Amino acid sequence: MLNYIWLALIVISIVVGALNGRIEAVNQAAFEGAKTGVTVCFGLLSVLAFWMGMMRIAEKSGLLEGLARLLSPIISRLFPDVPKGHPAMGYILSNMSANLLGLGNAATPMGLKAMEELQKLNPDKQKATPAMCTLLAINTASITLIPTTMIAIRMQYGSANPVEIVGTTLLASFGATVVALTLDRLYRYRHERKTR
Amino acid sequence: MYQWISMISLWAIPVMIAFILVYGWSRSVPVYETFVDGAKGGLTTTVRILPHLVAMMVAVTMFRESGALEWLLSLMSPLLELLHVPEEIVPLALLRPITGTGSLAVATDMIAQYGPDSFLGRLAATMQGSTDTTLYVLTVYFGAVGIRNSAYALRVGLWSDLAGVIFSLVIVSYVFG
Repeated sequence: MLNYIWLALIVISIVVGALNGRIEAVNQAAFEGAKTGVTVCFGLLSVLAFWMGMMRIAEKSGLLEGLARLLSPIISRLFPDVPKGHPAMGYILSNMSANLLGLGNAATPMGLKAMEELQKLNPDKQKATPAMCTLLAINTASITLIPTTMIAIRMQYGSANPVEIVGTTLLASFGATVVALTLDRLYRYRHERKTR
Repeated sequence: MYQWISMISLWAIPVMIAFILVYGWSRSVPVYETFVDGAKGGLTTTVRILPHLVAMMVAVTMFRESGALEWLLSLMSPLLELLHVPEEIVPLALLRPITGTGSLAVATDMIAQYGPDSFLGRLAATMQGSTDTTLYVLTVYFGAVGIRNSAYALRVGLWSDLAGVIFSLVIVSYVFG
C-alpha cells in the first residue's frame, strides 16, 4: 500500500506541477525533500543514541523485565501475542508513558526498541505482525496529556489562556485512540480470517 | 492541574535517568560501558531509517510544492460546505497525517492569522496537538526493523486521523462554540 501512495504522490505532483507551470518548483522540491529527510533523521540520531544507551542499562539491570511483569496484565490485553514478561512489554510500556507525558523525543527510541523486540517474535521478517500494528495504532493516535508545542505557540501569539486547549486536545486524542484500537482489532480479525 | 502536569513532565526525565543509573549500578551493571554499547544501536537505527525518510519527504514536499495539495482541496470544498466544515481548517486536516513539520507550520500560521483565542486558532491547536504524524511514524517504525508489508497499519492510522479531525471539530465547537 505504501508503494501505491508513494508512487501516486510523486506522479500526481509531476503531472499537476506541469499543468500549473510549476515544474521548476517540483524539481526543487524533490531535493529539498531529500534534504529534509536527512535533517530530520540526524535530529533523531542524538535522542536515539542517548535513550538507547539508557535503555540498555535498564535492560541489563532487569529493570525493564520487572516493569513488564508488573504491568503485563494491562498491556497483555492489548498485545495478546506477546509472551508475559517479554522485554518487548517493557519497551511498549515505556513508549506509552513517554507519549502520555508529551516526551515525544523519548517515545520514539522506546517505540523503536519495542519494534526490534517484536521483530524477534516475527516469523516473517518482511511483514508486520498484529502486535506491531497495534503499537503503530497507539503511536499514530498518541494520547498526550500536555501538547507542549501548541501551548508554547499559543503563548507566543499572546493567548489569554494558553493552556485552555489541554482539555479539548486530550479528549480529541483519546477519542482518536479509541477509534484506532477498535479499528486495529477489527482489521486484525479480518486479516487473521483471510490468512488462515 | 496544568501546573501539576507540567511539573511531572519537567521532572520525569531527570528522575528517570537518575533512577535507571542508580538501579543499574546497584545491580553491578557497568553503567558507562553499557550506555555506550546501547547508544551504538542508535546509530545503526538512524542509518536504517534514513532512506525511508528521504523517500517519504521527497514525495510529500513535491506534492505540496506542485500545487497538487491545493488542487485536492478545491476538489473537496463543495463536500465540506455541505458538512459545515470551515474551509480554512482543511489544509491542516489533510497535512496532519502526512507531515509533522508541514502541519505545524500551517497550524502556527492559522494561530498567527486568526488569533490564538479565536475558534479557528483553538481548533488548529487542538487538531495539531491531538494526533501524531501517521506517515512519519509508519516510515520510522517499520523502516527501523525492515518491515516491507505494513499489513493494515496504514489504514488504521489514516482512519483514526480522520476520527481525530472530526473529534477536534465537534469538541472545540462544543466547548468554545
